[in-house]
Amino acid sequence: MSNEHIDEVSGVTTTGHEWDGIRELNNPLPRWWVITFYVTIAWAAAYTIAYPAWPMLSSATKGVLGYSSRNEVKSELAAAETAKVRFVTAIQEKSVSEIAADDALREFAVAAGAATFKVNCVQCHGSGAQGSKGFPNLNDDDWLWGGKADQIQQTIMHGIRFSADPDTRMSQMPAFADIITPEQITQVSAYVASLSGKVKDSSLVGPGAKVFEENCVACHGDNAKGNREFGAPDLTDAIWLYRSGETAIAEQVRSPKHGVMPAWLGRLGDTKVKELAVYVHSLGGGE
Amino acid sequence: MKFGTEIVLLGLFAFAAFVAAGFGVDEPFRQHMWVLFLVLLGFTAILLRNSNFKPAAPIDPSAYMDGPIRYGTIATVFWGVVGMSVGVVIALQLAYPQLNIQPWFNFGRLRPVHTSGVVFAFGGNALLCTSLYVVQRTCRARLFGGNLAWFVFWGYQLFIVMAATGYLLGITESREYAEPEWYVDIWLTIVWVAYLILFLGTILKRKEPHIYVANWFYLSFIITVAMLHVVNNLSMPASFLGSKSYSAFSGVQDALIQWWYGHNAVGFFLTAGFLGMMYYFVPKQANRPVYSYRLSIIHFWALIFLYIWAGPHHLHYTALPDWAQTLGMVFSIMLWMPSWGGMINGLMTLSGAWDKIRTDPIIRMMVAAIAFYGMSTFEGPMMSIKTVNSLSHYTDWTIGHVHSGALGWVGMITFGAIYYMVPKLWNRERLYSLRLVTWHFWLATLGIVVYAAVMWVSGIMQGLMWREYDEQGFLVYSFAESVAAMHPYYVMRAAGGAMYLAGTLIMAWNVTMTIRGHQRQEQPMSGAAPALQPAE
Repeated sequence: MSNEHIDEVSGVTTTGHEWDGIRELNNPLPRWWVITFYVTIAWAAAYTIAYPAWPMLSSATKGVLGYSSRNEVKSELAAAETAKVRFVTAIQEKSVSEIAADDALREFAVAAGAATFKVNCVQCHGSGAQGSKGFPNLNDDDWLWGGKADQIQQTIMHGIRFSADPDTRMSQMPAFADIITPEQITQVSAYVASLSGKVKDSSLVGPGAKVFEENCVACHGDNAKGNREFGAPDLTDAIWLYRSGETAIAEQVRSPKHGVMPAWLGRLGDTKVKELAVYVHSLGGGE
Repeated sequence: MKFGTEIVLLGLFAFAAFVAAGFGVDEPFRQHMWVLFLVLLGFTAILLRNSNFKPAAPIDPSAYMDGPIRYGTIATVFWGVVGMSVGVVIALQLAYPQLNIQPWFNFGRLRPVHTSGVVFAFGGNALLCTSLYVVQRTCRARLFGGNLAWFVFWGYQLFIVMAATGYLLGITESREYAEPEWYVDIWLTIVWVAYLILFLGTILKRKEPHIYVANWFYLSFIITVAMLHVVNNLSMPASFLGSKSYSAFSGVQDALIQWWYGHNAVGFFLTAGFLGMMYYFVPKQANRPVYSYRLSIIHFWALIFLYIWAGPHHLHYTALPDWAQTLGMVFSIMLWMPSWGGMINGLMTLSGAWDKIRTDPIIRMMVAAIAFYGMSTFEGPMMSIKTVNSLSHYTDWTIGHVHSGALGWVGMITFGAIYYMVPKLWNRERLYSLRLVTWHFWLATLGIVVYAAVMWVSGIMQGLMWREYDEQGFLVYSFAESVAAMHPYYVMRAAGGAMYLAGTLIMAWNVTMTIRGHQRQEQPMSGAAPALQPAE
């Protein structure tokens, strides 16, 4: 310290160096700072003794508390399983209609199904199971493949048009652009639209009915009420999976969309699928 | 001939980019090479127009080299406006998803433009120009290596342009804060090593006997970022004429490398580098000595030793082994005091000049920066505790934490440094307007407070919704419901960000007018009477 210097404002000596006019005071470390620093170091040392911490050659120190995050998850899950075991065993043993008939069991299955639904189903069917374009609303009583609890269970287990599952629900409406003329498509669309509402040109309805009778009744039925065996929708109820209106109907006749729902049995297991079926059945439209 | 070599080299590189644009194996790479070609061609044209055959004017070797620093200051302000504007846009995109414009301007592509834009373009240019400003003045030496500083400056801007355009074209390594692909990474490595040589060379030819503390921090930042960048980006290109590469690491090792990088990008880029800035500009603006030399030594070495181990706290409750999680957490806790050492030294430097908080808006800005630094370096260790982290992880709380550090500390200390440097760099008597600095200060502070508070509320709400179970042990909320619940907070967050951006725009105006030599006629700041200056 050749050029000892005292800062006049604070009365503290500086280190004697100066850079571009900046000096440094020779204040000691603040005591509380040092103490807190030592406390955090001591705490860190203690923590690494208590918990897994120091890597060795082939594994790490286990810590005197024997903690492991995997074991923690395991025991938490096991505790949750134990709490539910009475209900889960009953659900495993009974059919979905039996579960739905038992008040306590149904209540449990609906809560469990709702939780499973929130994780796995809301992405397509929506948080309130209200559906969206191309994904059916599950709250109403309009069912493509049947609204009984066991039918819903079947749909969830094996999916719809899901090629990886041999038992999946299968149907394929042909593309009528290759089968009937564009004029006939316009006519039949007007007829279908007229079943649940008004159409622009009512003169198309008569010829449309004839086209319908020749081409569509095999699946959609004489009265256009649909057929759940083929997942053929009811065309008279003003509920549309894609969009309403003659143009949208014509599009679907020309080149139909074939929506896919995955099979969930492999992923969720039998119990969860049953719970889901009971939950969906309970939403309001169950039969 | 002036610029002779530069023109030839640029022309050659432009030609190489042109060839790569023709032979690239994938469409994004070819588009990216067209961008590179046009940029290099433009530069070649500018240099050609400015070339002449007169012998170069002799350089005064005793004068400081401030040209690149002036450019760097302007670049800092420019990229600050760009990066923060993109931030407001993506905040609005989260609130109103309709604002996603596919494919170039969707959230996924714009988000890295924002993060890299503010961290590397705004923050990086701020560190680049202030470090070159500080190292010359505290070493009493002209920058080392002739035109090396110009290469570093323009090379870094090229990196920024290539990174940002790459993101918009969909070119990404998907590594957080390190998204650019392999060829952009290689270019940054070259520029960064040049920066290290430039900075170290200047320190080696210093005329002061000792190295000033600011330079320790700057140097640790430059060296560590070089190491982090190289290791994190080790990868094998699928083709040397393509935009895809594969990381040298996989699985949990890859995740750990990424967060070792990511956390130390925060530690050495956004903390150590900006502490260097603080250690020069706060004592200069306050005209007071640094509070404690001993504290600066201890907290410097403690900080750089402890920070580098804290990365695993980003991977709590993942596939990362428990022992690594423990170490990440305890090193973060031990980091608390070393971080606060910087805060103490910064704040206590003002002892004897506290009145300046009232009279000098630039000091006020710096003090706010140090206060936000102290707050986020307390919040960080707290969030690294596993029980806290199990609530905060993956939520907006983390976003709020990052922004109170980035907007509060990094942004405000940079603004303070810019307001200090600009009149000196352009030989102006004073800033265009101190009242505009006050406006900037309040807009920025309110913006941060809104932003951080809103993100705390929304983050904690989000965390609680995700872990909410009913009495039978079933999940109460679907993820989509937690997203819907965040909408009002996202709108408020965008408003906070917009306020901060408005402050930055005011600064851009103030800096522009100062550089153009204007001085606004205005009432002096209240209380700024000479009688209140500390006695000498």
